[in-house]
Amino acid sequence: MTTSALNTELVVTGQPKRGSTLKPRTTHRRRDWSGWIFVGPFMAVFVLVLIAPLVYAIYLSLFRETLVGGNSFVGLENYAQALTDPKFWDGLLRVTIFLFVQVPIMLGLSLFVALALDSMRLRWVSLFRLSIFLPYAVPGVVAVMIWGYMYGSQFGLIADLNDLLGFKLPEPLSNSFLMVAIGNIVTWEFVGYNMLIFYSGLKAIPQELYEAAEIDGAGPFRTIFSIKLPGIRGPLIIATLFSIIGSFQLFNEPQMLRAIAPNLITSYFTPNIYAFNLSFSGSMFNYAAAIAILSGIITMVFAFIAQNPEGFAFKKKKSMSTVEEQA
Amino acid sequence: MSAAESVTRSGTAPSRLASGQVAPAARTPKRKPGGSRHQRASVTLTVLMTAMLLYCVVPLFWLIANASKTRDKLYNSFSLWFAGDFALFDNIGKVLTYNDGIFVRWFGNTIMYVVVGAGGATLLATLAGYGLAKYRFPGRRLVLAVILGAIAVPMTALAVPQFLLFSKLQLTNTPWSVIIPSMVSAFGLYLVWVYAAEAIPDELLEAARLDGASELRIFFSISLRQLAPALITVLMFTVVATWNNYFLPLIMLSDQQWYPLTVGLSQWASASSSIGAEAIPELVITASLLTVIPIAGAFLYLQRYWQSGLSAGSVK
Repeated sequence: MTTSALNTELVVTGQPKRGSTLKPRTTHRRRDWSGWIFVGPFMAVFVLVLIAPLVYAIYLSLFRETLVGGNSFVGLENYAQALTDPKFWDGLLRVTIFLFVQVPIMLGLSLFVALALDSMRLRWVSLFRLSIFLPYAVPGVVAVMIWGYMYGSQFGLIADLNDLLGFKLPEPLSNSFLMVAIGNIVTWEFVGYNMLIFYSGLKAIPQELYEAAEIDGAGPFRTIFSIKLPGIRGPLIIATLFSIIGSFQLFNEPQMLRAIAPNLITSYFTPNIYAFNLSFSGSMFNYAAAIAILSGIITMVFAFIAQNPEGFAFKKKKSMSTVEEQA
Repeated sequence: MSAAESVTRSGTAPSRLASGQVAPAARTPKRKPGGSRHQRASVTLTVLMTAMLLYCVVPLFWLIANASKTRDKLYNSFSLWFAGDFALFDNIGKVLTYNDGIFVRWFGNTIMYVVVGAGGATLLATLAGYGLAKYRFPGRRLVLAVILGAIAVPMTALAVPQFLLFSKLQLTNTPWSVIIPSMVSAFGLYLVWVYAAEAIPDELLEAARLDGASELRIFFSISLRQLAPALITVLMFTVVATWNNYFLPLIMLSDQQWYPLTVGLSQWASASSSIGAEAIPELVITASLLTVIPIAGAFLYLQRYWQSGLSAGSVK
């Protein structure tokens, strides 16, 4: 369960809401039900699409199909099996490595680009911002297809470069470089998306802080570390959170690459691909549900650690004070 | 450009005039051109950023260049430039007619999924985000906790039970199996909620209530206009997500008559590499281009509103 996200105004802008200390921002009307008019429709679909499948998945994971053709309750046996299943660990290890290598690289690039756009030392900001954001709009299927062709050492870009340079570049679609190849595709797709999350946060930092920093004689790097980075704490957390979830859910890119390099990508390449194949090629729905729930739990543990290193539920975090509050 | 841009951007912030607060004069201007923080462009930064721009754009250029090649040239020419006859329109013609024009059908399906799915998602998220921001009601805490918890649950972990549940409801292999799950956007709800808390003054709602307006009428005649920037931001995200959705339709649909573009394309791409099927690489590449163009266009058109969508909380 996420906790600090409840401090919403801090998460998005890293700043307290205007007037948050002065008066409550929500209408304190008598406790009535009219809010449900607005929340009800969303919740109805939400229950059907998310809550019900979640409950059903938990139910499924506690049963097992018997040969006789019935379901029998087996308690946590499926989980015990998953925890000792080398295929599950293989995929899990792979996405964990991916998380610790690809995500920092991607977020680092995104942060660099966002700071560059915000630095006032760059021209054509719109052009850069749009072009770098554009890959986000490209469907994953198409992104994998483009890169897959370009990776080709037969007649792809790699082949052209080999001809040009006169020596052999490493094969992207080989065992040793496969994760790099996938990491590059994912980075290409999402670097602009994360950049925009950071950039929006930077735009929201009050001008007065920069003026104050300038008076104090802070240089550009001091400004970045003392004002900009603390100022986008919320966006940094959000982007990290989404990237962690994305890493554990890795599916599209390897699944599509299987079409191009079928012998490289196993049927248990990531936990998600494993669960998918267990269900749809093996009809082992109960075991697949246990695998899915386990990887969901592990994701949530990582997400929780990442988003709230120091916080507890409903605890107001200290945050930058705005000039307005000082006034 | 950048500073001028930020000035125009601040213009998209929600106007407080409706609430009787005269804001613009009091609001601190964003950094102005020629202001104290504006310096000369840095060569190093420009070079690094140009490299980054090329990294992001070159693959798309590859797509355009190769969609305009004949199959023969695809294999026998430098892949980052045009070669041979300009075969783009030829290829497009082939894509549209291949397999009895199934591509056109997929295109129509995708449009339908996006209009109903993303439109529905935006409407539901806007209503709910607003409700959470502006109302106290029994069960609010629980709703918040459940939604925020759900953001952390990997959606794909639920795909298999979702499929089983939908097949019990006899919805699999129908458009509904794609549309209904698309209508939930927890992230969209979250954006609207943060924005509404800030952009809609309570005084405004109270005044309308005193005038005797019903809650729904207040929403549609007053709040909705205030929420427009957030709504368009959410629309942008849900449109992109629905258009690019692959995993969900892959699981839910077995009949290719209902495929969206993404699943159809991947089927063509697999046919290109599998044995016994006809390889159609030039069609896959051209069809990919046709898949990207509409969404990229819509995206570029809508993205301008993103700025105001996410930094809303900081409007001063």
